[in-house]
This record gives sequence, structure tokens and C-alpha cells, in this order.
Amino acid sequence: MKPFVDIHDVTHVYARAEDGLPAVRNLNLKVNEGEFAAIVGPSGCGKSTLMKLATGLQFPREGSVIVDGRQVGAPVKLAGMAFQNPTMLPWRTTLANILLPLEIVEPHRSRLRRHKAEYVAKAESLLAQVGLKGQGDKFPWQLSGGMQQRASLCRALIHEPKLLMLDEPFGALDSFTREELWCVMRDLHAAQKVTIILVTHDLREAAFLADRIFCMSARPGRIVAERAVEFPRPRELEITYSPEFSVLVHELRGHIAQARKAA
Amino acid sequence: MKTKNQLALAPWVFTIGFFALWELLCHVLKISSFILPAPSTILHAVWEYRSQLAYHAMHTLWMTLAGFGLAVGFGLLLGMVLGSSRLINAGSYPLLVGFNSIPKVAVVPILVFWFGVGWVPPVMTAFLISFFPIVVNVATGISTVEPEMEDVLRALGASKRDIVFKVGLPRAMPYFFGSLKVAITLAYVGSVIGEQNASNVGIGNLLTRASAAFEVPLVWAALVVLAVLGVVMYAITAYAERSMTGWAQRSQMAA
Repeated sequence: MKPFVDIHDVTHVYARAEDGLPAVRNLNLKVNEGEFAAIVGPSGCGKSTLMKLATGLQFPREGSVIVDGRQVGAPVKLAGMAFQNPTMLPWRTTLANILLPLEIVEPHRSRLRRHKAEYVAKAESLLAQVGLKGQGDKFPWQLSGGMQQRASLCRALIHEPKLLMLDEPFGALDSFTREELWCVMRDLHAAQKVTIILVTHDLREAAFLADRIFCMSARPGRIVAERAVEFPRPRELEITYSPEFSVLVHELRGHIAQARKAA
Repeated sequence: MKTKNQLALAPWVFTIGFFALWELLCHVLKISSFILPAPSTILHAVWEYRSQLAYHAMHTLWMTLAGFGLAVGFGLLLGMVLGSSRLINAGSYPLLVGFNSIPKVAVVPILVFWFGVGWVPPVMTAFLISFFPIVVNVATGISTVEPEMEDVLRALGASKRDIVFKVGLPRAMPYFFGSLKVAITLAYVGSVIGEQNASNVGIGNLLTRASAAFEVPLVWAALVVLAVLGVVMYAITAYAERSMTGWAQRSQMAA
């Protein structure tokens, strides 16, 4: 099977980096279509750089990035993104925020005005899937942080992206809300068959959600370990309290600790 | 509820109190109306010269609004350009700041060389004096778009133009309307300066002639008309701000 995202031997230095040190060096990463991959690592290891490389916001100094069989030379247009900060636009209602990507990306851009009802229905159904049924008319600042983050996931998915990039999307939430959103994410992945790359600091989050976990080293980042997660799907939150789960998280922790020490 | 009523009444009480005190002092200290006329004298003059004042005030209003309108259009355009291009922003900033720091009275003679005495110099002065705050505020609003938001849109293939129109410009609106309140008062100053130096009509021109003829009550009456006009224009822009950018004014601080 050909990988959907193939980052091959990539070294990247930001043009604005003062020390000229690469953010990532000899980075290799392959993610299959429909797979849920998680990337964990010490802070500042270039996880965000990886996101930018995979979505075509940055181009590698050396090496190649192939997404969906094509070399990335421009923003990929088939990706949805969500960040720790929900970045909702305060002057738009939640629904209008979710529809924003459709105003940008083709073919929706030219269809949006004439097929508005169809798209609104789709957004409403996404809202229902993340547990925000009927909240679309509210402004984002009338929603709690967790609800905004749910809406931000809807926005990332509205244009049916083939690739979903999540940069610590649950990092700013309390632990109960976070676990709720893990389940939302799990169900969305099961329903949409989208390829997901999740960047996170939270090892339990990675272990619960992902099919495969990649550990990155400290800057300049590269993949130091790769671990398949064998728990059968659908997974229940209960598994996070099982001994096998603890063993996995402990093992991951060991990799990160080593990566930190090496820095 | 009680404090709310008091807050609503306070501006009236203070304003009326101010004029009452002024009136009282003029009478008690027997101040000559040549130095400081009492409010009643000024009010009388306003009534006496009402048709003349109204005619000139309308002219000033027009000059101000024309200059202000130009400043809004030009300010928005230039602000968008500066906000979306770091290069143009950095390059033109010294020029803009330098230009802005010239007292605009000094520019009026040049405007007279170019356009002669008439309606153009007041409009141009109003425009020149008031566009700068609009430019700076719109540019700031656009250039401070969250990088994550920009990434989300760029990853979808959004052009620079898409980002400016979908995010930058709406985001800059509170800054823009805030700057309008400053700009309208500046435009007003500009048109009066222009009229004083290069026009045959307008409150500014009326002021110049009245002071040359030592018609003290008329000078004060013209001042009062200027003040009232200024407050009205400010209030209209403030109202526009509140109704256009309600989403930005949800903080308890503003309530």
C-alpha cells in the first residue's frame, strides 16, 4: 500500500531562524490512507514544522514531501487544520465560521451561494456529531472553550478534507472535556475515513486515539521511535485504565525522556 | 438602577452647571463682554446672527464631510495595502510619519497656489489632516491576524486577497471605527483652518472676519456653533461604531 503522506529525508531550516539551526533534520515519516497517526515529542521538537511541511505551508530545504501521490509544491488544499487555539472569527456565528473554508476552497467556493441550504445542512449534521446540535446561531464567544474547540473541528472537516492535521487541539482544555473530545475525535475518524495526523504532548491521548505513534527527538527533530497501537476499535475510555495501556504510555514516556536527555 | 439613573443624568447636570457657573461669574465679577461674554449674551448673538451662522455652518459641515469621506476611502485603501505587505509598510512608514508631522496650516498656502481660494483648500486640508489615523488603524488590524487563522486558510489555498477580505478587514473594523472618531474631529479642525485661510464662506471664514472687526459676541457665537457641530458629528460616528462592531464590544469594561 502506498503511503498517503510520505515525508522522505527532510531537513528544513526556517528562513528567519537566527541560529540557522534546522527545525527538523533527516525526518522520515509515512502515514497510510485512513490512518490515525500521532506524533509526540519534547516541546520545541519541530512538530509544528512537520504540520506546515505536510500541508504545503513550508517547503523543505532538502528531501521531499509527497501527499496523495503528488510532490508538495504549494498549499495542498485537501487538508483541514485545527489548533490549540480554536481561532474562531468573533464577528461570524458559529455556523458561518464552520462554512468559512467553503468560501475558499474549490469546487465549493463557486457552488456555495447557489447550494447554500445543502452546505448548511451538512454543517448542522457535523455540529450534531460533535455534540453541538442547534448551537450554530450562537457567536463563538458565547460558547465555552471546549465547545469552541468542537466547532473548530467541524470547520476543519466541512470541506471533506482527505487529510486532517491537529496541532495539540485539546491542549488548553480541562481533563474531563479533553476525554469527551477524544471520543468525539474517535467517532469522527470512524465515520469520515479521513487520514489524521495528531501532534500532541499528551501520551495518553496519543495512545488512546492513534493507530501508530511516532516519537520525535529534540530539535533538530527526527523520528526516533515508531510504535503501532494494537488496541481493537472501537475503543472505550475504559482501556486507558488497563495495564496494557499503562505499559504503552510508560514505554512512550521512556522514548521522550531519552529524547530530552539527548538534547 | 439608581446609579444607572445618576450616570444618565450626570452629563446634563455637569453641562448645565458649567454654564450656570460661567453666567454667575460674569455677573458677580462684572467681567466685560469684550473679554468674556456671559452665556446669555452669546446665546443672544447666536439668535441674532442665526441665518448667517446657519449658512456658514452648513458650508463647514460640507467641507468637513467631503474631506472626511475622502480620508475614509483613501485611508481604507492605503491601510489595506500597508497591512498586507510588510515591505510596503516598512518602506513607506517614514514618509507617512514625516508627512503627518507637518502642521497642516503650513500646507494651506500651497493648496492656495494650486487650487486658488475656494472650496478645494478646506476639503483638502480636512482630508490631509484626517487620513493618517485611519491608515494606521486599518493597517494594524490587518497585519495582526492570528498566524493560526492564516495557516488554516492558506492550507486551503487562500490567496493573500482572500485572507485580507475574509479575515483582515472585518477584524480591522473595530480599529477602523475607533479611528473614525479621531478622524472626524481632525477633519473638522482641518476644514476650519482651510476656511480661515483660503475661503470666502464657512464658519472659519466668518471667525476671521468677525475677529478682524472686533465683533466679539459673533466670534463666541461662531465658537459655540463649532462646538455643537463637532459634538453632533462625533456622536454620529460613535453611534455608527457601536452598531457596526457590536461583536467587539462585549467586554464588561465597555459596559
